[in-house]
Amino acid sequence: MKVLVAMSGGVDSSVAAALLRDEGHEVVGVTMKLWGGESDTGCCSVSDVDDARRVARALGIEHHVFNFGDRFTTDVVEPYVDAHATGLTPNPCIECNRHLKFDKLLRRARALGFDAVATGHHARVVTRADGTLRVARGADARKDQSYVLYMLEQRQLEQTILPLGAMTKDDVRAIAARLGLPTATKADSQDVCFITSSAGREGFLGRRLSFTPGRVVDQHGAVVGAVDAVELVTIGQRRGIGGNGGTATARYVVDVDVPRATVTVGDERALLVDHTTLRDVTWTHRPVEGDVRAQCSAHGAAVPATFDATSSTVVWHEPHRRVAPGQAVVLYDGDEVVGGGITARVLAPR
Amino acid sequence: MRQPVVYLDHAASTPVRPEVVAAMVPYLTDAYGNPSGAHAMARAARTAVDDARATLADALGCGPGDIVFTSGGTEADNTAVFSGAARGTVVASAIEHHAVLEPVHHCGGRVVPVGNDGVVDLDALAGALDDDVAMVSVMLANNEIGTIQPLADVVAVTRERAPHAVVHTDAVQAFPWVDVAALAATADLVSISAHKFGGPKGVGALVVREGVPFTPRQIGGGQERERRSGTQNVAGIVAMAEAARATVEDRKVVVDRVTPLRDRLADGLLATVPGTHETGDRARKVAGNCHVCFDGIESEALLYLLEQEGIMASAASSCASGAQDPSHVLAAVGVDRARAGGSLRLSLGATTTDDDVDRALAVIPAAVARLRELGS
Repeated sequence: MKVLVAMSGGVDSSVAAALLRDEGHEVVGVTMKLWGGESDTGCCSVSDVDDARRVARALGIEHHVFNFGDRFTTDVVEPYVDAHATGLTPNPCIECNRHLKFDKLLRRARALGFDAVATGHHARVVTRADGTLRVARGADARKDQSYVLYMLEQRQLEQTILPLGAMTKDDVRAIAARLGLPTATKADSQDVCFITSSAGREGFLGRRLSFTPGRVVDQHGAVVGAVDAVELVTIGQRRGIGGNGGTATARYVVDVDVPRATVTVGDERALLVDHTTLRDVTWTHRPVEGDVRAQCSAHGAAVPATFDATSSTVVWHEPHRRVAPGQAVVLYDGDEVVGGGITARVLAPR
Repeated sequence: MRQPVVYLDHAASTPVRPEVVAAMVPYLTDAYGNPSGAHAMARAARTAVDDARATLADALGCGPGDIVFTSGGTEADNTAVFSGAARGTVVASAIEHHAVLEPVHHCGGRVVPVGNDGVVDLDALAGALDDDVAMVSVMLANNEIGTIQPLADVVAVTRERAPHAVVHTDAVQAFPWVDVAALAATADLVSISAHKFGGPKGVGALVVREGVPFTPRQIGGGQERERRSGTQNVAGIVAMAEAARATVEDRKVVVDRVTPLRDRLADGLLATVPGTHETGDRARKVAGNCHVCFDGIESEALLYLLEQEGIMASAASSCASGAQDPSHVLAAVGVDRARAGGSLRLSLGATTTDDDVDRALAVIPAAVARLRELGS
């Protein structure tokens, strides 16, 4: 097959390219230039492009750079800023997968005559008995990235190869070392690629929106503290919310209301809900109803729940921590993703 | 590569002429003395640099002493801008190369708009000039769309409105195609780069005419009459001079031969590919430039498909990562971002053949059609 490998300049995608080459595929590497602003690492900097190019050279494969900066800005960065401005907790990596890697890049690959796109994600594409495809968890539980790939549907999975799904990260590094790849010992990328560690989320957002100072209230409405930026507060957060440090019970953020400049805190019980409503739900194959396991963060546990299709609601079998609006909830059948959606904003608890 | 290469990226770089290679090799092998030294081998190198300076001066219409050898076009452009900025405000057109625009922005200079025909707006230029202006930089020919700028008019309006200003012209793209000695005769500073006209990369020159105020950018051993320190790139300088001599000698013949090829290419694309827009006024372009925008496609995808067919071309200017960045030149000449996204620069050169044009006309329409059908 003719395969376009998305090479970020990291060790995972380097090894993905190597494995496909060794399987005899016609492999071309591509690095997406996504972000023109400041960046420590990730998919964006010139040094990462250089790393990818060096790996491609070592593997003897062609390497190209595609500039998808405009799409990245409109579909990932601007929505990220807008989401924070309204008190949501976005996941830009998911939006990058949805809009860039598995939409823009996949379409580009098709137009250029490729049969498939491959990435270095730790997840698998598996075929069910009926011939339909699913994203399944990677073999390395600590590195599993099936959560951030939940949006892949049949038409995408048919042209997606995830060569690292059966490996642990240690396996990947061992292969990179054995092949002498320049990226063998490169550190894993951390956090959001377009945000530098020096500026941080606060610095990045502070240059793009005006923060709203807010009051922190308890569930009875009594003011117990203040925050400088309501936009930076996330449901479930415990630290950095001012408040009454003297109370015996832990204070958790249970609601963030940017228009009213109010952060509501409560004890752990106040954080628990029996259901979570989703929006923009996508399905890997067909809509699923009934018992699923649902996972609310990249490395969280998937817990038993029932999905109610009529109301797009995940009904938790055990009381569950409130999921921050904007976060993805991914629905699994065993180790296989069946779909997922974005946590909808709900009315403030009374 | 499956097909023979069709190289249509001469504005990016050109093949080194065989006679140029022959001229430079002795200075890499036998005559390796340092031209600043005193002994016989050093003096031989010095003589070679002196001869090259004289040859290049003829090609550029300046005195030998006016020539400052540099590491290329970017250094020449940077030096000109920073030298001007040391005395006052710097002004440049909006379609200058980054090697001019970036230092102009860095120094807080003024940028003058250009018309949709790709030619600098002389009224706007006049409006940007005053007693504080120390340098005006307008390129002789643009690197992306090939338009030739009315330099004599630029000089005239500068002398009138900004009496303290010197005029710099980036003639890097112009040199292969037009008589720089004549067209830039009244400019005070002129930049060229060898690899755009059959010389090697890494060598260029800045003409600094006698009496023009000048601040060096690189100081040290005082080479180039204190205007650019550092041991001269002897082989590169010899090569550049030979390339310049040969270019001037052939120029009319090449222009007369390439112009109809370019016209056939541009007209062919306009005729066979619907939704094709030619950028700039062709009558005012250098002979080697064919620049078009195709509706409904993305340049990067097109360049990939062309490469598969052996055709090497460019879209906008390339950034350090090798990605295609949105073009400031197309934005400046009123091409909206969507249309600019489908740009293609085919730049012909002295070695371009009829077959090259045939091949391009056979491949490009099908590639554009494929991308329009499949999206990208």
